[in-house]
Amino acid sequence: MTKVSQLGKISRPLASTLALTLAIAPTTLFAQDSPTFKLGVVSFLSGGASGPFGVPSRNAAELIVDAMNKGTLPAPYDSVGFAGTLVEPLFVDEASKNVVADYQRLVQKDEVDGIVGYNSSGSCVAIAPEVEKLETLTVLSACGTSQIFEEIVTEPKYLFRAASHATMDNVAAARYVVEHTPEAVEKLSDIAGINQNYSWGFDSWRDFSASIKVLKDDVEIANEQFPKIFAGQYGAEISALLTARADVVHSSFWGGDLEALVIQGAGRGLFGRTQMVLTSSDTAIHRLGRQIPDGTIIGARGSYSIYAPKSDLNDWFRQAYYDRYGVYPVHPAYQMANAVLGMKAAADKAGVGTEEAIIANLKGLSYEGPGGTVDMALADGHQAITGSAYGTYKFDTETGLGTVENIVTYKAECINPPADLTSQEWITGGFVGADCE
Amino acid sequence: MITTVAIILDGFGFAAWLFLSSVGLTLIYGVMRILNISHGGFYALGAYSAAWAVGLYTQTGNTIALTYLIIPLAAIIVGTLTGLLVERGLLRFMYGHEEVLMVLVTYAVFLILEDATKLIWGTESYVAYQPAYWLGTIDVAGIPYTIYKFLIIGTALAVGAGLYWGLNRTRAGKLLLVVIHDREVSAALGINVTLFFTVTFVIGTTLGALGGALTAPEISVVPGIGAEVIVMAFAVIVIGGMGSVGGAMIGAVIVGFARALSVHLYPPIEMFSIYLVMAMVLAIKPYGLFALAEGRKI
Repeated sequence: MTKVSQLGKISRPLASTLALTLAIAPTTLFAQDSPTFKLGVVSFLSGGASGPFGVPSRNAAELIVDAMNKGTLPAPYDSVGFAGTLVEPLFVDEASKNVVADYQRLVQKDEVDGIVGYNSSGSCVAIAPEVEKLETLTVLSACGTSQIFEEIVTEPKYLFRAASHATMDNVAAARYVVEHTPEAVEKLSDIAGINQNYSWGFDSWRDFSASIKVLKDDVEIANEQFPKIFAGQYGAEISALLTARADVVHSSFWGGDLEALVIQGAGRGLFGRTQMVLTSSDTAIHRLGRQIPDGTIIGARGSYSIYAPKSDLNDWFRQAYYDRYGVYPVHPAYQMANAVLGMKAAADKAGVGTEEAIIANLKGLSYEGPGGTVDMALADGHQAITGSAYGTYKFDTETGLGTVENIVTYKAECINPPADLTSQEWITGGFVGADCE
Repeated sequence: MITTVAIILDGFGFAAWLFLSSVGLTLIYGVMRILNISHGGFYALGAYSAAWAVGLYTQTGNTIALTYLIIPLAAIIVGTLTGLLVERGLLRFMYGHEEVLMVLVTYAVFLILEDATKLIWGTESYVAYQPAYWLGTIDVAGIPYTIYKFLIIGTALAVGAGLYWGLNRTRAGKLLLVVIHDREVSAALGINVTLFFTVTFVIGTTLGALGGALTAPEISVVPGIGAEVIVMAFAVIVIGGMGSVGGAMIGAVIVGFARALSVHLYPPIEMFSIYLVMAMVLAIKPYGLFALAEGRKI
């Protein structure tokens, strides 16, 4: 009895240790034997772009990767990881004086298998050549300049972009102004723009003004302003726009700059005197509420956020994002979700979660994101086209929430250039081949 | 005619903001010979604290009028406390070192303050537009301007006049001028130079916070606003002459009008115009328009 008891005393710790070992063993073995896909996730985590853009992008990546690793995403993404390979995210701040050096560090020091992200066109322009030089899979999630594949990397192998470029935003905005705002169109003879002084702002204004001129004859540019990014003070620019007396004022401002423009412009009556078109403004709705004047044309850089179509994937994404972060996702979150899901779709299609498999299968792929179909149709299958939507702002005094009305959705083929033409060739040529039915 | 009026008002409006954002920086340099890079951090602290306090207050539904008191109060509290903490807790141990070392130290403080604002207020933007809207607008030559903008111009003039009076018409101010001209002689005369350093630094940081607090109702307060303002503030005080309060005012007016002129007459050179003016001034007066005379020491 005593011996048995002693044996029992000894065997209990032994049994516990054995049980613990057995419990841990599969995980440990899995961790040691199963390679993970190391994914660099780059977005603004500090600076002026972090709140409206970088942090929602980061959060979306975190949410999708976590759910993906657990296999809890809705179908068709309900398998684990990238074709069974767990994904290990490494979050990096895009607010850097040297995004190229940061990119090199991710590839050479951190030895990531792939990179996803980048909010700013400035960042994308800087790293695009480096991607092909370092031969690492990189999926740009948000940046909008059309220069990436039309001028900088014309024969891509490793570089992809899972979002439409700025041409889509601005062609759709021009179509909405000309075709769906009769009051503005009747008197439309002068347009003006206020856009940030870098590639995103320049490209946006170029595409919008050129599109308007194609869609309606005899439209002149009354004024064009390009203040420094993050300037914050737009008193002089607003005065210049007020004195120009344009019928439509276009802006691709985003983040804090956009909110400052709305506060200062609405406060001085600019929004009441002209039809304002804000192509990247869904991020401001929950912050500014009634401060955005009714009738302002609101864009979300695609069918995202307030314009996202109903689907199981979108329902899950919105609710899961809200439950985890306390706010609903805005368009940078949708764009990041598209980028990560595109990599997963490519890996699942190949049945292998490797960089090579994703590169081979993401090219030309068409897949579903929470904002609708993403079609890698341009730049030899490396540049996405997506549909988009525009509407006019209406503040709901009963609910205290901002809404949009008069929503018009556009097919991707209506507002994106075909594969064999650059954006400018397509716009100035009169949107040849555009399918808007 | 309309454009001329707009240039004048926009020029003064931008100049007022520039002066409020840079006067604390030049004051600290004049007295302490510290190029305070952390000034942008104090500006951001002022903007965040004012936006946060105004946001809290307006939720109560009480009159907006009180926000015009809350804004400077928030700036004074945060500027004084943080200024004291930085000067007493760190800078006083660095006095006597080379100016370049102080630049590095204050840059480190700037980075700490930037992270501190993120820790306290997060990365979401804060908007506190109510004070800017409540006073309404006034039409000048058919262009509406917010009355709040005139309030900022008035505040800038009052701060400039107050500093002039304080420096030239009070005993403490005159003693401070002595410290500005020669620290060693001041100490030999029995002036408590250390106390003047502390007081000056706190006034400078409070003015920086006030600049941010007054700007908060017109902008979206986001991470990084401190870094943006410091560049403009340096341009202003370099043009005016580092250490000169009057120079900061003239520098602000020059930069304000350079920007307003370019925006209204030839927008493509807006960004370039500020640095063009700075280069022209420095080509003629390498130490700025009103640089303090330096005594040659043997």
